Amino acid sequence: MSSQEVKNQMKIEFLSKSVNEAFARIAVASFASQLDPTIEEIADIKTAVSEAVTNAIIHAYSDTEGVVKISAKLLENGIEIEVSDNGAGIENIEEARQPLFTTKGNLERSGMGFTIMENFMDELKVESIVGLGTKITMYKKIQKIQHLENRTYALSSNNI
Amino acid sequence: MNVKHFIEDKLLVFEITEELDHHVSERIRRRADYEIQRFMPKKVVFDFNRVVFMDSAGIGLVIGRYKTARAFGATLELMNVTDKVKKMFEMSGVLKIIPIVDAYEEKIAN
Repeated sequence: MSSQEVKNQMKIEFLSKSVNEAFARIAVASFASQLDPTIEEIADIKTAVSEAVTNAIIHAYSDTEGVVKISAKLLENGIEIEVSDNGAGIENIEEARQPLFTTKGNLERSGMGFTIMENFMDELKVESIVGLGTKITMYKKIQKIQHLENRTYALSSNNI
Repeated sequence: MNVKHFIEDKLLVFEITEELDHHVSERIRRRADYEIQRFMPKKVVFDFNRVVFMDSAGIGLVIGRYKTARAFGATLELMNVTDKVKKMFEMSGVLKIIPIVDAYEEKIAN
């Protein structure tokens, strides 16, 4: 997805239990904080990770339990996040990405997961093979200019 | 979630205090539906003042409670919605059927 130099990277994996949705988004947000993102950028990342992980739990593994994997790379100008599972896979990716499309209306799913990932991140790639699993790759730019200003501010307030 | 009953006004307020994701939304849904059926309000308000995180589970929750409220003859409103949460509701079209209000006290006074 990106040819930038990798500054740091991490991997986590956990069982597809819904209680891990919060763990996953907090872990990724904490890792991303090394890039000095804004509060807004962190919130976008948390929401997108939460959507991808929830999809894996609800759709990929449905009534079964499996392993959800996340790997993240800190790059020069942003973060690349991969969320993958070995679950059911998506039959029609184009349809799944449509706003309001859901196969889990009975669970009150809104069908907005992919739309939110697309809107809150800068790039989104969905790869899936039915019966084998799904891999979501997302990229979020982290603006540099802003955190330089913040850093200057932090330094000057430390001096006082 | 804190639940506030305003008996005279037949108003039911759900103040969400959790990070609103798929994991907690099922519990909130059960509690909210129970309260609506028990209290039979004229109006239900979701107060997002203390919501620090929400994903698309929040959209599903609100649409679902809109349906429950309507089935029991009540209206539903949203309050104290941050820009980010509002953006998610806008994207899903929820705001075409569910209004965001400034405060429920004002509404009662009117």
